[in-house]
Order: sequence, then C-alpha cells, then structure tokens
Amino acid sequence: MIIDHPLLGPRDSSEFTYMGDARLLERPDPEGADAAAAFYEYAYLRDNPAGWHRELWFHEAGDRSWLVVTRNTMTHEISCVELARDVARAQRQSK
Amino acid sequence: MIQKNRIEGGQIDRSATFKFTFDGKRYEGHAGDTLASALLANGVRLMGRSFKYHRPRGPLTAGSEEPNALVHLRVGARQEPNTRATTAELFHGLVATSQNRVGSLSFDLLAVNDRLSNFLTAGFYYKTFMWPKAFWERVYEPIIRRAAGLGALSLEDDPDVYDKGYLHCDLLVIGAGPAGLMAALTAARNGADVILADEDFRMGGRLNAETFAIDDASGADWATATVAELATLPNVRLMPRTTVIGAFDHGTYGAVERVSDHIATPLEGKPRQILWRIYTQKTVLAAGAIERPIAFNNNDRPGIMTASALRTYANRFGVAVGHRTAIFTNNDDGHRTAADLHAKGIKVIVIDPRPEAPRAMDYEVLAGAQVTDTMGRLGLTFAQVRLADGTERTIECGALGVSGGWNPNVHMTCHQRGRPVWNGELAAFVPAILPAGMTVAGAAMGDLSTAGALTGGARAARAALGLKGREAKMPIAEDAPVNITPFWYVEGASRAWLDQQNDVTVKDVKLSHQEGFRSVEHLKRYTTLGMATDQGKTSNMGGLAIMAELAGKTIPEVGTTMFRPPYTPVAIGALAGRHRGQDFHPKRLTPSHAWAQEQGAVFVEVGNWMRAQWFPRAGETTWRESVDREVLATRGSVGVCDVTTLGKIDVQGADAADFLNKIYCNGFAKLNVGKVRYGLMLREDGIAMDDGTAARLAEDHFVVTTTTANALPVYRHMEFVRQCLVPDMDVQLISTTEAWAQYAVAGPNARRVLEQIVDQDIGNDTFPFMACAEITVCGGLRARLFRISFSGELAYEIAVPTAYGDALIRRIMEAGAEFDITPYGTEALGVMRMEKGHAAGNELNGTTTAANLGMGRMVSTTKDSIGAVLSRREGLNKPDDLRAVGLKPVNPADKTPAGAHLMAATGPVDAAHDQGYVTSACYSPSLGHHIALAFLKDGDNRMGETMRLVSPLMGVDVAVEICSPHFVDPEGERLRA
Repeated sequence: MIIDHPLLGPRDSSEFTYMGDARLLERPDPEGADAAAAFYEYAYLRDNPAGWHRELWFHEAGDRSWLVVTRNTMTHEISCVELARDVARAQRQSK
Repeated sequence: MIQKNRIEGGQIDRSATFKFTFDGKRYEGHAGDTLASALLANGVRLMGRSFKYHRPRGPLTAGSEEPNALVHLRVGARQEPNTRATTAELFHGLVATSQNRVGSLSFDLLAVNDRLSNFLTAGFYYKTFMWPKAFWERVYEPIIRRAAGLGALSLEDDPDVYDKGYLHCDLLVIGAGPAGLMAALTAARNGADVILADEDFRMGGRLNAETFAIDDASGADWATATVAELATLPNVRLMPRTTVIGAFDHGTYGAVERVSDHIATPLEGKPRQILWRIYTQKTVLAAGAIERPIAFNNNDRPGIMTASALRTYANRFGVAVGHRTAIFTNNDDGHRTAADLHAKGIKVIVIDPRPEAPRAMDYEVLAGAQVTDTMGRLGLTFAQVRLADGTERTIECGALGVSGGWNPNVHMTCHQRGRPVWNGELAAFVPAILPAGMTVAGAAMGDLSTAGALTGGARAARAALGLKGREAKMPIAEDAPVNITPFWYVEGASRAWLDQQNDVTVKDVKLSHQEGFRSVEHLKRYTTLGMATDQGKTSNMGGLAIMAELAGKTIPEVGTTMFRPPYTPVAIGALAGRHRGQDFHPKRLTPSHAWAQEQGAVFVEVGNWMRAQWFPRAGETTWRESVDREVLATRGSVGVCDVTTLGKIDVQGADAADFLNKIYCNGFAKLNVGKVRYGLMLREDGIAMDDGTAARLAEDHFVVTTTTANALPVYRHMEFVRQCLVPDMDVQLISTTEAWAQYAVAGPNARRVLEQIVDQDIGNDTFPFMACAEITVCGGLRARLFRISFSGELAYEIAVPTAYGDALIRRIMEAGAEFDITPYGTEALGVMRMEKGHAAGNELNGTTTAANLGMGRMVSTTKDSIGAVLSRREGLNKPDDLRAVGLKPVNPADKTPAGAHLMAATGPVDAAHDQGYVTSACYSPSLGHHIALAFLKDGDNRMGETMRLVSPLMGVDVAVEICSPHFVDPEGERLRA
C-alpha cells in the first residue's frame, strides 16, 4: 500500500507501523463520573468494520508522525490521510 | 541426424549448437531452444513421472502453465527442483534430470501405483491411513512422503545472490504479445515512461508461435521490429525473462527477473534473480490466453499436448513432435494448428466432435468424431477414435494436439478480490472487476484475433494514459471470429486426466461430487485439482465444467476458485534477497564491541544488539565460574559494564515534566534538576509496560531510559501520547540511544575509579545517590553522569558521545587497574539485579501490574497518567493477587529454576492449587546458594512460609522458603555510600 503522507507525499506502507482504530485519540476524561466504564470501552472495545475505517499509522521509518488514515478494509482504498496531532487538536477544540 | 525431429524454420539460431544432458544422456540443441523443445527435437517425449500414479509424462504445453515436464535443473548446490522444461532456456552444458521416480524414468518401480489406481482415488489418504493411529507418523507418512511429491532439494546452501529492486513508471505493460507490444508502443510514442515485462526470453508472445502476417511481414518479424523500436526509446524499459507475479495495492506490482537462469552460472557480481517492486500509475494486462485440453481415456501419454503447443514447437522452435499427428479440437483454432503443421509437411488428421466442422482442407477431417482412448506405454503410438457413425478407427500418430478452447489469462485481474465473468460465445471466463488502474487487452480480455489484440492494446494504452486525438492506423492482421462448441470430456471415459500435475481424473471429480463436496473450493482441496506449481492453469476449467454438469448448474453458477499471487512459483531466495545468513537482520554493535572482543567476551544477541554475556578468563571451564567471579569482583571492588543498549529518549520542552507525569504512573513534576528518579510506565489497561529512569538535566530537559528490548515500542508509545493525547503540550522527543556510549561502573571502589576520569568533584555530598549532571571528562569531553545503581552497589553510569565510547572503556580500565577493575557481562548484571530484587523483563512480562510488582503505591492518585484508571479496577486488586517475593531453597544445594510453580507444602500438586511461579532464578555467589524471584498469591503476607516448588517438565520438586526479594543489602546502604 501507499500512504500519502500530508507532509512527505506518497510513502510505502512498509515504512509505517500500524496501531488500529483512530478512536484511541478519544481518551476518556479520567475525572469523569463514569471513568472506569469509559476507560474499559476505550481500552478493550474496538469496531472491526468491513469497509471504511479510520486508523492510526506511525511513520516509524520516516518522520515519526502519527497519522490518521481513512482506509477501506475491503479494498485498501485510502480516502484521507491526516496528521493525528491535527485531528487530536481539532477534536479538543470542538469539545 | 541427431536432432531427428528438427524441421525447417523457427526462431532458433542453428549456428549456435549447445550440448546438454538429460538423465545422463547427451543431446544437442540450439540457442533459442527451451529444454523441452530441444528434447522433443531429439525425439525425447518422456520427461517425467506423474505425482501419484507415476505415469509416464511429457510436456503438455510450451509455456509456464506446464503441469508435467518438471525436472531437476543443474547439479550440486545449484540444483533446482520442479523447473519447467517448457520455459527453461537451453544453454551450453545444461544438466537436467527427471524427478519423482524410483529406478529409471522408463522403468519406474512406483508405476505399480497406476495398477492400484482403483484404490488411490480422491480422498484416499484421508480414508485409508486412519488406523492404527500410531502408524501415521512412524509408517504411513514417511512412505507417502517418499512416494509422492515432486522434485528434491539439494540440501546445500544456495551459492547465488538474489537482489531486490524498485522501479517506477507511468505504464506497466504485462505481456509482450501483439496487444502488449502495441500498448507499449502507443504509450511510448506519446512520451510515457513504460515498463514492458514478459516472462519469455523472446518478446512477441504468440506472434512467435503463429504464421499470421501483420501488414506484409510475418507476425514474428513485426514483433522483432517493434521490440527493436521500443529498445531505442529512452522512456521504455524492456524486461524480458521477467514474470509479473502479483498485482498488489495501489499500483504496486511484484516481478521476478531471471537475470542469470539462461546461463550456467551467474556472471561475476551479478545476481541470479531480482525481485522487483514496480510502482506504476497505470497497468495494461496483456497476458494472453491459455489453451485448455479435453479429457479422454489415457489423454496423458507423452506426445499428447495442447494443439497450440504443437504449433509453437513447429513454428517457433522448428520441431515436429511427431511426423504423423492428430488434432482433436472442438473449435476453429485447432484447425489453424492443423493447417500450420500440414504446411510444414507433417501428416495431419483432425478429429472434431462438431458435426459441422470445417472440412475444406487438403488433410483429413473426421467431423463428429471423438478420441476415446490412446495407446503407447512410454509415449503415444495410436489414438482410438469413435467416428460419427459409431464405428471405431485406430490412427497411428506420434503426436496428438488437443484443443478445448482458450481461457483468457485472467489471473492477475483477480488479485484484488475481482472475479471473472462467463462469456458464452468464447465458452470461457473473461475479466470483469479489475484492480484500480488496470486495463486488460488482447486475448486476456477475450479478443482472440490478432487484429483484436493490436487494436485492444492501443486502446488500452490510450485509455490508461488519457490520450486524446486520433487513433493511429492499425496494421492489417487476421481477424477471425471465435467458433467453438463447448466440449469438456469424452462420455464414458474413466481414466481421463483433468489435472495431470496432481493426477486428478474425471472419475475423481465425480467421486468428490458423490461424496458431497459442492463448493468449488472444497472440490479443489479434496481432489487436489488445481494445486501445486501450475495452480491448475490447464485443468481448472475442465473440473468446473464437470462439476457444473453433475450439480445441474451452469459454469458461472459454480464459479472459479480464487486466483492468488504468485502467478508462477518464486524461488524463496528471490523473496529473501540479501536478507539471509548474517544479513537476515541488522546486527548492532556496542561502542565497546572491539574492546570486548579483545577481552575474549562471549556475546549474546539482545534486540539485534550484540552484548558481552561474560568475559571468560584463562582456566575458567564453565560460564558459571566467569559469572560468579565477575559478581564477586564487582561487589568486592569494582566492575564495569556496557549499558549503551538501554533506550535513551531525550525529552525537552516547557511541558516536559508534565509530559513525564502523563507517561509514568509515578510523579515527576517535582523532581529537582540534577536528580534521577525511577519510573514505571503502564499500558492504558493498567498492566506494566516498561521501567527505567528519568534524569532531569534542566527544568525543561529530561533523559528517559528504557529497557533494551522496549526502546522502540516505548518511543512509539511516547510519540503516540505526545501527538495524539496531549497535542497541545510544548514537548519534543528524540531517541538518542545510538548517540551516547554509556557504561555502568559499580562497586565500592567505583568513585575512586571515576574520580580519575571526570573533571569535577563527585564526592558523596556533592554528587549523592540519584544525582545526575552534564559534566566533562578527560579534560573537556562533554559527558553525562548519573548516580544510579542496578547492581545495588555504589554505582554510576557515565555517558560520552558514541565516537568516544571505545576510548572511554579503555580509560576506565586503565584507571581501574589498581582496583583490579573487572568487566562484567549481561549474566553478572542479571545475577546482581536478582540479588538486589530489581524487576526486569521476566517480571514485566505483559501480565503484571504495579501492585503485582510490589509498586502499587507508586501509582499516583493525585494526577492522571496512562493506565492509572484501569489499574484501579476491581479485577486487578483482589486480596490474593500475586505479589513479587524472593525464594531460597531449604536445602542450599537445590536449584529453584524459572518456570517452576509454587504449591502449598502439603496438598495436591495440580493447576487448580497453583500458588504462583518463578520468573527469574540464578545461583547467587554472594549468598552461596540459588535464589529466585517469584510471584506468589498474597506474597507480602507469607514471608517465612515453606512451600513446594515443582516443575514436572524439569523434574523439580524442592522445598523453598518465601523471603524478601531484596537478598543483598536490603537497607540500601551500599548504594548510598
């Protein structure tokens, strides 16, 4: 696969390490009333969709950016690649 | 004449004669021959024995789809099994031997299997070798393995080199037949960067095997001229002898180039093969079509082959397989073969089951007739034919060409989940859903005429590149329609072969259906139809057709099996490339490596690092002697150890302390500058991930250390936290593991040694336990000094830029000479940390929590950190949870090995009564007996208890006493001295 890195352009997927569901960006509030349940879901429950999936890739043999890659798990088509840091910041601002 | 079946014509170079041997017998052939064509030219039709029944077999094809003519090529270390004689390019001195026989090829002892064929049907192994059970491994399997199978490995190291390479292009054209050549030409003339790859050593595809004209030249001459033009263009890369093996994601293709397989040994400095990874914007697949046989009784004798193979041998290689030849065809293309052979002066007769077969020929055509059987023990002599009126006729022939129609070569179109669709007019599957960026042209798309291929190739290239404007004028070529009546097998045939490579007959497919295998994938696994090196390229369609008939379905309803890469078998060496032996993975050397080698160190691989394990001295006969000496010398005076391999991560920024608070479960915000603190990292699920130290060199600057093995995962984790969870923190990370050479200097004389090296005062008051500083050594070299101790002794870790690592270890040894300083390796390091009760990888094993490790109170409740919330959950905080404890044997002579389990002193010994287990164990030279670190249920409250330590696996059953894991200096007086 080829991942179109937002800063570096198209890079071969062999340069990356995969981590899975990008919902890992949405770490629950540890002070929240339901923190225990929320963290349980966060740590253990993942969707495994046949189709479009937002997932985390780490450019380990490259610039060490974490990326959010939107990939179709059926076809490996990639529709969007973002810097995870930008996504995380945007999520914070929208809260 | 030696080459008795050689006839005029063809694209071989008769001026270059190559001598070669097959099964020890000498033959001659010419440049441009394949091994198969040269053998056939010499009248050799028998080239192998079949997989199961050991039936005599010759080539069925003239290409890479060959199921039968598999040979050992070359001898010694370069011997390669299962090489297709039909694609092996002849060279001078080639040595080939037949395979899968006991005795000689013409008298194979295992041919008895053929007589037992009634018992050896599909599923035979599953049904027969059931009893007695113990016989399977000892008796049945070895016999079956010896009898079945194909070629044998040389069992020697491969002496050749294989490379990997990367190519980029605008357009990849797969196949250099009429469609591929025209696609490449169209694209290249329009300026695109083109790669044209073909598995054959001669480009041109079927143009080389046919007699049609293109414009006023022969097809073969047109191909030669076109290739010559392409070769002059700077934007074209021609890759003959290159098989594209797979279509992967996003326009990535794998290809194997056989650089040196056409010569006896690779030229100096050249690889045998190159595995290319081709990145392309667009692809034109022009892989042609494969002719399929018809099944009839004894249709597998040497001399029986596809009709197109007969015409390839005649037209391209100048070989008449038999001077009397019969053609059995259900379509008009078979008649082309007949016409070509007839024109070469070969006596031809055509058997065509269609009552309306074309007859206006000057050779005999038997319309409405079928071949019902054949004769000839080691090669075809007669064909038995049932005529339209039901009478029988025996035809003498040395060759029988069979054509059941053509299958477009859809293989590569299916590598991205695509499945082909049925085309009734062609009676074949054609490509449907394609990998992104791919277009298909020519026979692979079902355009079986030459004109169709040329036009299709040009259009595919134009479409792929988005070319506008007028289409170039196409050369004039034949444009005959396909005329076929599906005909798969002759009624009443019992021993009619579908898959010759796996010895699967029509009867086997019927049996499989009878036994309830309805899915085509199940049929494949049960009968082995379509398995092994050819993956059923000539056999699958026949099996599907029969299956459909039996199930009362249409062929498209039955569907095809999945096509997967590689297209043809790939040598493991090509996949490995240069990654083998010492180069299998990188080897990392510590800065003291050369020095340690001089000391005669024994090395151990740790996370690709080569670390000194111990330093044997003269007279020491066991590793224990060396390790015990190193431990005692360190605790008695001073020792030194290279600890460079520990991960080092530089953390800088205004929020550096807050960041460490996040990743470590214990607090770091209040750590003073110039101080080091032990830190424990948890995973988000509350389990311990790694431990190490963080040294605060400045308000906004920390150096974090990790364990050697976790250096990479911890760095990755920290970047995840930084970028994804705390994106607004002002903090930057970089791994500096390789930038600093670091040594631990430990023992009561450690300070006295270092005082001679460092440029400032390091007395206990100015540089106490857990101090750190950026200093200089040896009169000005920048360095870092940490007063931390893994051994439990007065100890320092000193770091200098890596380039000075070798010099520093030598300087430390010099300075320590008066104290008899002792280098120690990872074993002594491990013994000392166990004596001190420090956790390491064995304890941080991915199942243990901070509480298990006896560090539960370290998990701060006043701040959030990764893993803190889930570390508090009920399931990880039960009263009888495991706790880290020490063990010592009641009888000092007993061993307490890792992996052994703790049981109550009296009571049952079984998994249900398991109380805990040993994680680390060693002989403690300081105490004079074995010790162990263990996890024990409610261990904190069981000090002094005597328990039973058992390991049925190791035959261990000893009494042990539970004690503190801090065996040496539990008060920590030494390290603060």
